[in-house]
Amino acid sequence: MIRLLAFLPVVIALGLGAFMLWGLTGDRDPSDRPSALMGHTVPAFDLEGIDGMDGPGLSSDDISDAGQPVVVNIFASWCGPCRQEHPLLETVAAMSGVSIVGINYKNEAFQARRWLAEMGNPFHKIGADLDGRVSLDWGVTGVPETFVINAEGVIVYRHTGSLAEPGAFDALKGAIVAAGQS
Amino acid sequence: MIPEIGHFALTLALFVAIFQSVVPVAGASLHNARWMQTADATAKIQFILIGVAFGALMWSFIVGDYSVLNVVENSHSLKPMIYKVAATWGSHEGSLLLWVLILAAFGAAVTMRGANLPASLKARTLSVQAWITVGFVFFMLLTSNPFERLAVPPLDGQDLNPLLQDIGLALHPPLLYLGYVGFSIVFSFAVAALLEGRVDAAWARWVRPWTLAAWIFLTAGIALGSWWAYYELGWGGWWFWDPVENVSFMPWLLGTALLHSAIVTEKRGSFQSWTVLLAILTFSLSLMGTFIVRSGLLTSVHAFAVDPERGIYILAMFSVTVVGSLALFAWRAPQMEGGGLFAPISREAGLLLNNLFLSVGAAVVLIGTLYPLFLEALADEKISVGPPFFNSSFGPLSLGLLVIMGIGPHLSWKRADLRGVMSRLRTVALLALFAGLGVWYLQTGGPVMAVLAIVGAVWLGLNTLLEWGRRVRLFDWSLVDLWRRIRSQPRAAHGMTLAHLGLAVCIIGFVGSSAWKKEIVSFAEVGDTFEVAGYSLELQGVTNVTGPNYTAQRAILQVRRNEKPVTVLTPERRYYEVAETQTTEAAINSTLAGDLYATLSVVARDGANEWTLRIIYEPLVGFIWGGVFLLVSGGLMSLSDRRLRVGAPRRSAKVTDIAKVTA
Repeated sequence: MIRLLAFLPVVIALGLGAFMLWGLTGDRDPSDRPSALMGHTVPAFDLEGIDGMDGPGLSSDDISDAGQPVVVNIFASWCGPCRQEHPLLETVAAMSGVSIVGINYKNEAFQARRWLAEMGNPFHKIGADLDGRVSLDWGVTGVPETFVINAEGVIVYRHTGSLAEPGAFDALKGAIVAAGQS
Repeated sequence: MIPEIGHFALTLALFVAIFQSVVPVAGASLHNARWMQTADATAKIQFILIGVAFGALMWSFIVGDYSVLNVVENSHSLKPMIYKVAATWGSHEGSLLLWVLILAAFGAAVTMRGANLPASLKARTLSVQAWITVGFVFFMLLTSNPFERLAVPPLDGQDLNPLLQDIGLALHPPLLYLGYVGFSIVFSFAVAALLEGRVDAAWARWVRPWTLAAWIFLTAGIALGSWWAYYELGWGGWWFWDPVENVSFMPWLLGTALLHSAIVTEKRGSFQSWTVLLAILTFSLSLMGTFIVRSGLLTSVHAFAVDPERGIYILAMFSVTVVGSLALFAWRAPQMEGGGLFAPISREAGLLLNNLFLSVGAAVVLIGTLYPLFLEALADEKISVGPPFFNSSFGPLSLGLLVIMGIGPHLSWKRADLRGVMSRLRTVALLALFAGLGVWYLQTGGPVMAVLAIVGAVWLGLNTLLEWGRRVRLFDWSLVDLWRRIRSQPRAAHGMTLAHLGLAVCIIGFVGSSAWKKEIVSFAEVGDTFEVAGYSLELQGVTNVTGPNYTAQRAILQVRRNEKPVTVLTPERRYYEVAETQTTEAAINSTLAGDLYATLSVVARDGANEWTLRIIYEPLVGFIWGGVFLLVSGGLMSLSDRRLRVGAPRRSAKVTDIAKVTA
């Protein structure tokens, strides 16, 4: 028994080594962690609305039961790129056959209110993710991030960073149209 | 010319190391004293040669020899001198050279400090140490030659990554390496003992000071890196469970376990094979750290140069070292069992639990760090494992450890009276609970785990003080004698008190600064005022400043508390022209109660006078650095214990010692 036990460390080390060898030789990019949620349903959550604003908050059911494609935008008042892409979100809001909802990432309510009052509010519903937990479930690595969810409640597209980057908005529109057709 | 001398010295060192890796260990098997003695000379020569190589590289950096590729890539004529020196180990090649320098230094130190070691153990240990040196020097000469010349030297260099141009980070790698590599000598001792087939109390005592020294360096190195991340990266945190941090934390956990299990081996003759296994694993994890950091296997915030060819070589070296030593362990360990028996309630049992918690902790960190790799290999899913996993798994483990740490030192060896101990600890338990209730009352809505951790820290702190007080009979009637009683206790025991107290203080800092942190991120115009944790900060202006090799925007924040001015914070956004990178310089106002921490980000909107300000209040964060200071002082105190300097309790050693005193 002790003899077998003594072999355990070397067996574990060999196993780890095999994984590492695979990790080195495989054709992979470790910093590329995009699509953990791609093709999956929306992670369950239920967020309150922004304190002091009208509106019911946002839950995962609102997104999966919408019956049409939904764009989810994760934003914060303190983020520069969010300011850049904001007018584009207004454009999405004006499109037919799609709704847009926002998750407000780690913002004090007064800052979020000030921002939306100043910039305009394109969102049909907003959830206030004060501690960032829900955004973490979405796999958010930074703000802004934008997701497209199809009518079945499945995540079909994700963009990290500003939609004002070259080509990003066209890709988003393409994803919305494709989601509407599926 | 100078770089060629360095290259030549390094090549010579390789040959010396090859000699040392064969002859002494062969001498030990063949009982040839002369062969064994060669290690004394070769270990020193090796150290001198690698020292020459290191000096040559440093010289190239100091004078700015831009015909050397490594200097071009990592230095610049405008850089302050101290960072020119530090740039020697700022690159992959240079840091490897530092690594082998320290490796050789520990080998040389064994020849100088190990006069009372048995000749065969010393010879074998130094041979094993030389195996590691051969592997690393060969790796350097093959794939990472720091002395590579350029045919057409440029006029100036490309500058060291500005994030690394910082005093904390200039010292962080050497300390961390002294820790990592320090465990190499412990590893060599363990493999030598396995070759010898004997692990006893004397072996454990020889190993302990080396373990302790490596542990002190590693503790200080990790803390310095964490401190650097705190004030230089501008994220307002000191630990992110990033793979590169985790790989330094794992050897620390196992090294700490080793420190404790070696005590049992030394005092009671038990746990021999476990201690040897820990010695092997601790260094293996250090090697794995180097491998992960240098190969780009996992994604990390630390951007290191990545080269698959190097990765394969380090992996090969890692496998040979680890698999080889563990196979030797599997072969030899079952023959070594034995040792003193102990009751379920005893000092031994306490230390066993301590080891269990620490090694399970290391395993948890290992699994969390490598899990993304496993999952990608087996299920082709890409995920990242973040702080929530580590906090929820590591948190409860640390609580268990705190409870044990509070009780353990009160227990006696072999068989302890739990009921007696418990009745003594009742008051401490009550006080810790009261502290918890107090925290609960002050911070309603905070995480439950935080309150429990505070209870644990108070429990540990008070118990440590109580145990120390009992040991030196603090409240005995003859206070005059107190100093003498304190002096008469072994320093190692005082060291334990300091270190345990240090951990309690650290925990308070960890909890305070993570659970009750207040943070505001906002756009700001000149004249705006922000409120955080009872402070008000007014942005009074943003000015442009010019440094030696950068230009910067500096915000001026007037801090007030209750309308009274407290201080002015000046966070900066620096732009390094040569390296074309930006850094944030956080401005921090530290008090015992907490740090007020401000950073300035890019202009929020082009053309507008608006900036993004990030203001964080981190309660009790100073306790972390204070606690680390106590941990390190505890280690140093314990290292200065004369029992460790004198060595194993052998008659001959005692006689020479007395002879010295009388002489």
